[in-house]
Amino acid sequence: MRPTGWQVLAGIMVNAFYAMKNYPIMMINTVLSPLSFLIVITFVSKGALIGEAIEGGLIMSMFQAGTSLQGDLSHYKNDFKLQDMVVSTPSTPLAYVTGMAIGEIIYSLPAIAVLVVLAGIYIHPDLGGALQLLAVLLLMFLASVTIGFTLSTFSSDIVQSFAFSRLISTLFSTLPPVYYPITYIPLPYRYFAYLSPTTYAAEISQNLTGIVQFDTTTIATAWIVLVAVSFALLLVSIRKARWREI
Amino acid sequence: MLETESLTKVYSGSKGKRALDQVSLKVPSEGIFSLIGMNGAGKTTLVRILATQLQPTSGRASIDGLDVMKDAGTLRDRIACVPQEARTAPFMTPKQTVLSYLLWRGLSYGEAGKKAEEALAQVGLAEQTNVLNRRLSGGTRRKVLVATVLSSDAEVIFLDEPTTGLDPISRRDLWNVLAGLAKDRFLILTTHYLEEAERLAGAIGVLHKGKLIGLGTLDELRSTVRYQYSLMLPTSEGVPPVRDGEVTAGSSGQTQILTNETEAYEISKSLLDRGMKFSMSRTSLDDIFFHMVHGEGEETSA
Repeated sequence: MRPTGWQVLAGIMVNAFYAMKNYPIMMINTVLSPLSFLIVITFVSKGALIGEAIEGGLIMSMFQAGTSLQGDLSHYKNDFKLQDMVVSTPSTPLAYVTGMAIGEIIYSLPAIAVLVVLAGIYIHPDLGGALQLLAVLLLMFLASVTIGFTLSTFSSDIVQSFAFSRLISTLFSTLPPVYYPITYIPLPYRYFAYLSPTTYAAEISQNLTGIVQFDTTTIATAWIVLVAVSFALLLVSIRKARWREI
Repeated sequence: MLETESLTKVYSGSKGKRALDQVSLKVPSEGIFSLIGMNGAGKTTLVRILATQLQPTSGRASIDGLDVMKDAGTLRDRIACVPQEARTAPFMTPKQTVLSYLLWRGLSYGEAGKKAEEALAQVGLAEQTNVLNRRLSGGTRRKVLVATVLSSDAEVIFLDEPTTGLDPISRRDLWNVLAGLAKDRFLILTTHYLEEAERLAGAIGVLHKGKLIGLGTLDELRSTVRYQYSLMLPTSEGVPPVRDGEVTAGSSGQTQILTNETEAYEISKSLLDRGMKFSMSRTSLDDIFFHMVHGEGEETSA
């Protein structure tokens, strides 16, 4: 059995270290999106929603890692033919995607680091809360990465892929109540928000830190939906993603 | 042995058009096997199926007894591929490009770094290992891609049009690298440049509209067409009568006569008697390919 650790490292090197080393300006973009929303929400709410905005920023960073992965994988596949080169090696799709996905997280680290520091200052969750928050963020990451990888294997054009990437990012991390409580949305429209897994992630995290209090049933439902959606997307990815094209 | 049996590929959405149509071949897995054909002939489709990147619609293919579908896992240990239109990432250096590829092949970081440097030196890029790819010329970037597969221990290497777009000097440089590579590996090379296949390949496959219309060494392919000899002479000095052959007047002021051995001997004797300058050679792969794709030309008498 070959050491797949090295294969994972290859993805991290290509998708994070080499690009960060040679084009550091690209990191500014990953910092800018979550932080800009945080700043706007904080100013507009006169500081009242800073906690929601920080948690929203964390959720958006994790989700954006997956949508960025879609764009990047599509770029490597269609413009450099890198995926074809890797398919004809002993590497597995899991090693390839894991490496590339970790690369996206490393890219997002500056934004995440700032948000974690802000969370420590303004939210100060206890250990149990922090661990649950981490679990929510990891599930978000898993969901977005599986969407990103699956879509990238179907794409044949980078322009189309980036358009999809932006669309998904907007639909799942900007429009849903990630940066503010869902109770702010009038009821007939609130149900649309529940179509996005990020809404459930926001509900859990906002409840954990006491920003908004939801009843136990709502939170239990949110956990079930979040776990189910993440694993359903993983299953779809395993079955439908095209490592070897058909 | 590289073997395919009734290999067929129909892409979804192609309205049933066969990109590969019942391709059956057997080629020893040594030296260079070149696939030639016009755009859309099926070369890349065949290479992608053999390199385990694409599923065939029907038929089977194997390399040294390993089926490309059933034994893909084992086969991927033994193959390496530079796809058509593959590019080096501009934000990486040649060493980073080769090193990361070797990590994907399962080598350790230290081993990959060492092998990357060796391979880059082998293709003449020892001085440029740490220069960003975007600062390198097109020919040098292609050499970096060749170095990736060269650095691996793969026994079977696929190169899909590796010299397309290169200037003549860079192309010849790369030919030398490929010839060296083929000494102990099996190379499957697709190309638009027939001169490339003629110079490098031991065996040549001719694809046309998804069908394999020729397979063999250059001499074997030559024997399948009607005329095996080519004479070139200045048009202005008058073209001698040709009983069995094909005469084509080119725009460069030269006329080409394709004919058989006996006729070539007689024409050249008459040209020598008249003191005319001319050249005679065996028909090139260009001529053979043209005749295979367009069918035998009509007899021409001048």
